[in-house]
Amino acid sequence: METIVFSTLNGVLYGLLLFMLASGLTLIFSMMGVLNFAHASFYMLGAYLAVTLGSVVGFWAALVLAPICVGLFGAAVERLGLRHVHKNGHVAELLFTFGLAYLIEEIVKLVWGKNPLPYTPPPILQQPLFTLWGTHYPSFRIFMMVVAIAMFVALWLLLKRTRVGLIVQASLTHPHMVGHLGHNVPLVFMGVFAVGCGMAGLAGVIGGALLVTDPAMALTLGPIVFVVVVVGGMGSLGGAFLASVLIGLIQTFAVAVDASLSDLLARFGVLVSNRSDLGRITLAQVAPMLPFLILVLVLIFRPRGLMGAREG
Amino acid sequence: MSRLNRRQVIGSGIAAAALSTMPLRAQGAPVKIAFIDPLSGFMAPVGDGGLKQFEFECERINAAGGVAGGRKLEVVGMDNKLNPQESIVQLEKAIDQGVRYIAQGNGSSVASALVDAIEKHNARNPRQTVMYLNYAAVDPVFTNDKCSFWHFRFDADSDMKMSAMTDYIKAQADLKRIYIIGQDYSFGKAVADAAVKMLGAKRPDIQIVGNELHPLARVRDFSPYITKMRAAGAQAVITGNWGNDMQLLIKASSDAGFNVPYFTYYGGGLGAVAGMGKPAVGLVRQITEWHANIPDIGMDDIVRAFKAKHRDLDYYYYRVKVMFDMLAKAMNDTKSVDVREVALALEGMEIKIETGTASMRKDNHQLIQPLYISTLAENVKFDVDNTGLGFKTDIKIEGPATSMASTCQMRRPAS
Repeated sequence: METIVFSTLNGVLYGLLLFMLASGLTLIFSMMGVLNFAHASFYMLGAYLAVTLGSVVGFWAALVLAPICVGLFGAAVERLGLRHVHKNGHVAELLFTFGLAYLIEEIVKLVWGKNPLPYTPPPILQQPLFTLWGTHYPSFRIFMMVVAIAMFVALWLLLKRTRVGLIVQASLTHPHMVGHLGHNVPLVFMGVFAVGCGMAGLAGVIGGALLVTDPAMALTLGPIVFVVVVVGGMGSLGGAFLASVLIGLIQTFAVAVDASLSDLLARFGVLVSNRSDLGRITLAQVAPMLPFLILVLVLIFRPRGLMGAREG
Repeated sequence: MSRLNRRQVIGSGIAAAALSTMPLRAQGAPVKIAFIDPLSGFMAPVGDGGLKQFEFECERINAAGGVAGGRKLEVVGMDNKLNPQESIVQLEKAIDQGVRYIAQGNGSSVASALVDAIEKHNARNPRQTVMYLNYAAVDPVFTNDKCSFWHFRFDADSDMKMSAMTDYIKAQADLKRIYIIGQDYSFGKAVADAAVKMLGAKRPDIQIVGNELHPLARVRDFSPYITKMRAAGAQAVITGNWGNDMQLLIKASSDAGFNVPYFTYYGGGLGAVAGMGKPAVGLVRQITEWHANIPDIGMDDIVRAFKAKHRDLDYYYYRVKVMFDMLAKAMNDTKSVDVREVALALEGMEIKIETGTASMRKDNHQLIQPLYISTLAENVKFDVDNTGLGFKTDIKIEGPATSMASTCQMRRPAS
């Protein structure tokens, strides 16, 4: 029981962190058709800026300021780089963001050094919120869940219920029409890219404190975010949410369940000796592989993802 | 035209003069040590920190007059990306450049590849043999079944450390349930096997309630593992984790209020304490050959000098100092930088070091030196990672007590 409750909590938490990252990526992809390889780098920038700003203005101000700074940086990237590359098609865009990711990582290393930064949330968030069966649950983790869900709701409402959202959505499918109606479509795109990057920055402010703030943080979370976006369905916010939580739960439970691969295969009638190398692999050991396995399965059986609206 | 010709004549004269002094200068050329470790990628901070310390010790030896009659030492950093294949490439590159001393430490998987490659190279090229200075790869196999005459290890192997650690655990009567967690590769497995075997022999009443390997440098949130440990009723944890895996493990543990002692190899490693923070005080123990808060034994000025030079790093690899001291002594005693002669001089060498005595075992080329078990504490003289926290000694284990039987059957070069 204890294991189930905590694994669920941990899984949902990890899933929500993934969602905070994936939502920005999804937003940018669905609105602009740009698959931003550098997305996790904006996440990293968010964490580093939070540490730097936080030491001057405190954690709470940094929580607001760092994502804004990252968003502004994103706007500059769109205005000065991506917009010009856009003319040359998707491959050029992909390569551009790919290079950008590398560039940001190197710059971060130059500015902040190669070692992890000490980054801890303020004391009030470090206290345990509740204690179950002797395990503390830090309030920071709950705070993170609240922020993630608030972000999801706000984004949803913005896109579905406001005029801005209407224009943004229309710009996606009919940019010329929206342009003729007097809206500044390039500005809309710049805004979308900035907001998407800012969301990654926000995830960084929180994820950096939850996990580790080091130059490899983009590299470790980057691939899995793409898995989330693809599994959820390219461009679907709801899908990204579902896929994040699903992957978070699957990965956490795989670690928590003390079973080996041979036990699992035995359930399906395949007998593998406990002594063999294959049989001795535990489910926990393959946990990091599972998201990618799901990715492959989804691409084979349901290429548009769980909730993807568009085909191809 | 004629002026130009004259200039050419003068120029070639200078060139000829320079050439004629070449052999003389070559004798005074620096003795190069190739430092083959990760200088880029995920574990780059660890390799980079090691390189800085190598350069620091190298400068110290040079300032004190160099080796073998005034020759300088020089450290050349070479990036292996923590990859065995890449390490072999770098090794060949180093040998081509005339480097005869190779140093490496991070990753026993890399060390294994280097031991093989150097053994083969030296068998084929007896006139240009290469020495392998291992400062941190602690898989016991390199001084046992896979031992090599050309390999010298300056860190205690994982069995020696585990032996000392389990001796310490033996005295803790109230410990009954221990969890073992490690990284899924040769080193993590060696630690787990040694822990199971030694605890079984010394404290059969202790139950090993979990023995788990997790993927190396892949896990971001260790909370699920902590949940599992708690569910298993663990009272203490043994781990050989290093780098990010160390930080994240302890961080998840303190977040969950899972306050049990951790017996670690690298709790004081680069960045670990910064990641763990205050909750780890009193709980994280490490076993090392030295730490900065051993009451002044003549190291304080060195620690300060290093810190003054590298703000973000701490003086960590005391064994690298011992290594340089022994290497310099071997070169000075033999007045030679020839690998074979230096190797023979290193064997069985015994020197005084700040913590006591260090001696290089002749039978398997394992350094025997005192070890310390220390615990993370507040209010210390020297902190780690600029956190205000540092280590305090629990016990010191004298060198001879750490020595273990070896299965090494060394193939020695024919004399």
